[in-house]
Amino acid sequence: MEVFLQTLVAGILKGGLYSLIGIGMTLIMGVMGIINLAHGQLMMVAMYVTFVCFHYLGIDPYLALFISAPALFLLGMVIQKYTLNPLMEVESILPENQVLMTVGIGMVLTEIARFLFGSDYRSVKTSYSSSAFYLGEISFSVALTAAFFLAVAFTVFMFWFLLRTDIGRSIRAVGQDKDAASLMGVNPKRITIITFGMGSALVAVAGTLLMPLYYLFPDIGGPFTRKAFVITILGGLGSTVGAIFGGVTLGLAESFGATYIGMAYDDMIGLLIFVLVLLFLPGGFKRLTKI
Amino acid sequence: MSLFEVRGLVKHFGGLAAVSNVSFRVRKGEIFGLIGPNGSGKTTIFNLISNYHRPTRGTIHFKGKNITGLKTHRISRLGIGRTFQIVKPLGRMTVLDNVMAAAFAKVATKAEARDLALETLAFCGFEHRKEVLAKTLSIGERKRLEIARVMATQPELLLLDETAAGLNPLELERAIELIKKIRDKGVSIVIVEHIMKVMMTISDRIHAISFGQTIAEGTPYDVANNPAVIEAYLGKEYAEG
Amino acid sequence: MKRILPLALLFVLILFPLVVRDDYHQHLMILVLMWVVIGSGWNVIAGYTGQVSFGDAAFFGTGAYTAGLFAHKLGISAWWAMALGGVTAMAVALPFGWICFRLRGAYFALATLALNEVMRHVATLWESLTDGMVGILIMQTFVSKVPYYYIALALAVVSVLSIEVIMGSKWGYYFVSIREDQDAAESLGIDTHFYKMVSLNIAAFLTGMAGSLYMNYMGFIDPEVVFSLHDISIMAILVGIVGGVGTIYGPVVGAFVMVAVHEFFRTGFFGFFQKLAVLTGSGLVNTVAAYVVQAHVLGFGILVVMVILLLPNGIVGDWNKIMGTLFPVRKKGIEG
Repeated sequence: MEVFLQTLVAGILKGGLYSLIGIGMTLIMGVMGIINLAHGQLMMVAMYVTFVCFHYLGIDPYLALFISAPALFLLGMVIQKYTLNPLMEVESILPENQVLMTVGIGMVLTEIARFLFGSDYRSVKTSYSSSAFYLGEISFSVALTAAFFLAVAFTVFMFWFLLRTDIGRSIRAVGQDKDAASLMGVNPKRITIITFGMGSALVAVAGTLLMPLYYLFPDIGGPFTRKAFVITILGGLGSTVGAIFGGVTLGLAESFGATYIGMAYDDMIGLLIFVLVLLFLPGGFKRLTKI
Repeated sequence: MSLFEVRGLVKHFGGLAAVSNVSFRVRKGEIFGLIGPNGSGKTTIFNLISNYHRPTRGTIHFKGKNITGLKTHRISRLGIGRTFQIVKPLGRMTVLDNVMAAAFAKVATKAEARDLALETLAFCGFEHRKEVLAKTLSIGERKRLEIARVMATQPELLLLDETAAGLNPLELERAIELIKKIRDKGVSIVIVEHIMKVMMTISDRIHAISFGQTIAEGTPYDVANNPAVIEAYLGKEYAEG
Repeated sequence: MKRILPLALLFVLILFPLVVRDDYHQHLMILVLMWVVIGSGWNVIAGYTGQVSFGDAAFFGTGAYTAGLFAHKLGISAWWAMALGGVTAMAVALPFGWICFRLRGAYFALATLALNEVMRHVATLWESLTDGMVGILIMQTFVSKVPYYYIALALAVVSVLSIEVIMGSKWGYYFVSIREDQDAAESLGIDTHFYKMVSLNIAAFLTGMAGSLYMNYMGFIDPEVVFSLHDISIMAILVGIVGGVGTIYGPVVGAFVMVAVHEFFRTGFFGFFQKLAVLTGSGLVNTVAAYVVQAHVLGFGILVVMVILLLPNGIVGDWNKIMGTLFPVRKKGIEG
């Protein structure tokens, strides 16, 4: 029973972080209609930023948030403005150019990281990295719990932002109908730039928060990108609420998979869910087929 | 027995009843008009017939056979062709290639397809544009291409969706000419329009709908003078004109 | 007129190994020919039919493993398996297409990605069948590269020719119609689901054969290599896009260019910097040389980005654009 509860807790906590990754990606997907296959790589960049802050500047990861998030926000905007927006103008036979471009960007980011930091595993070990507190028999990793609550805070902030601010509303408008939005004075290009920036910033937060818990190496982007779109598709594209649901589901699935089946299979589980969801997702699935 | 029949057609999209209990029959060789204000469900009915959506209830019959729910391409092969309200040219193919793609539904080799395509283009008065890329055509020409394309599949029943929308008076005249020519060839036609003038000129019988429901059926004159129709349209002036 | 160029190229290719006898260049050409096959396959499903696949490695790896397992486990010559490699790849494509062709556009692309990854995991985890990460090692039939070259050439010629035949037929019209407007195609009596399946199976067959060839030629494969997303699937897309999507000779051009570019970066501009360093004896240039070689994948990645931005229709597709930029023409009169 304890093992079960322990697994459950771990899954939910991790799920909170995964939700952040998912919200970032689903925003981008919903607004621009593109699948950002560099999402995990953006997170990787944020993690390296955190690493540098910690090892060279002595800044604690939770504070490094204030550096990594804005940095990735800017990076995201630059990427959207100079590589993705231009593609929307171009007349080409295949519309998947944008997705392919994100793959290229992901490659470039990974290789720059490898170039600068080598392929070695890096980590950030803080005083609280390995510590845990106990509620009854269940142990809660301090780092993961703190990350969870911060993730929740950021999620709430995102909702407030999307629902209450002008820019947030513009983002949602463009996501629903780009042409109608532009007719009402919204500049879709500007919005896509901001949205990509926000998506990047969100995944940066997730990355920074996860840094004390993971080993970092340049190729870590790939698996996280995969997780990101499992989460997003689970929850329904463009749905921020869905991303939360998706994140927690994936967190739980991985947690239970690791405990009851085996560590090597956790990637497979994500993949399996992805495939099942692609095929059977009710409601959301129908939407996929009309595009 | 009528060529084509729709019985008790109903379509709900979520809570919205787009089509409510519509029934009509089309006789061989006639031009049957379907009119209604924008949003009344006309295009939805076409979509139900060619199975882009499944009907919630009701059945569709062609030459005595129940074709409800058959796959779209099968319906085409059985002899029902349709054009689209928002035209769908195969953009990066030439006009000739567009029609050839359709012609392969009836013939097997490329040479035969080319012959059938050229024949069809000539029939539709469009042969002179055959080497032009479809995406460079004007709206009037695109509509003509829609018709030429579907004619290459040699349908017995043709569903024309808003063929007149967006055409200038000259193009409109030509379109009406072509439709009559198609009828004279022996093809039965169901035509959806919301422009009264076109319908009055060419339809043998008209079925009027509003908010997904039948409000009248009869000759153009009867329908145009029907109070319910006038109410839906405020179009009494067209009836008298 | 148009025929002469490809025939001349074929002539050159037939004579190539007799003229150029060193292993290194022969190896490169074999790779080029292999990519012609893979690129052509991708072009059928993606370029012509418009269903972009991000996971062709799934077919490549299946073909490779088929050949490898036949030799390794059953002791049958891997050459018999070459044709079978195409068939087993189709066995993967059939259920996949059946289930996933209801998805459109980028979501189909995602599904192909998933297929790629699933196949990779299956190969890695199903150790009793595939020996997992250890991979498969077989005895190579020929010592010299020349026989492999001619087999690859034959495969490449067959690929290009069959595509030319197919695209000129009813199937070709149907594939492109599906790409241009699937709903319109369906309304013209085209069974889009069926033809998408046909297209995918052609692609799978060709790519699977290439995989089997690879197994026979290299003698060693493992899941990371033959199911590689970046080295196989993405490369296939690049070959297709750089060469020219939806053209018959696009994959040929693309294969040449991409292999050349890849080598260019891998060897640090063909050893340019190294030679320069030796020439000048400069430590700085030496360091730069080392960095360039180290960052070759980075250079490659940047190139990908640039190509997509500037040449979205590939070299063959955007030929006029390229010619116009390189040789700005002062045209008199009206363009035809």
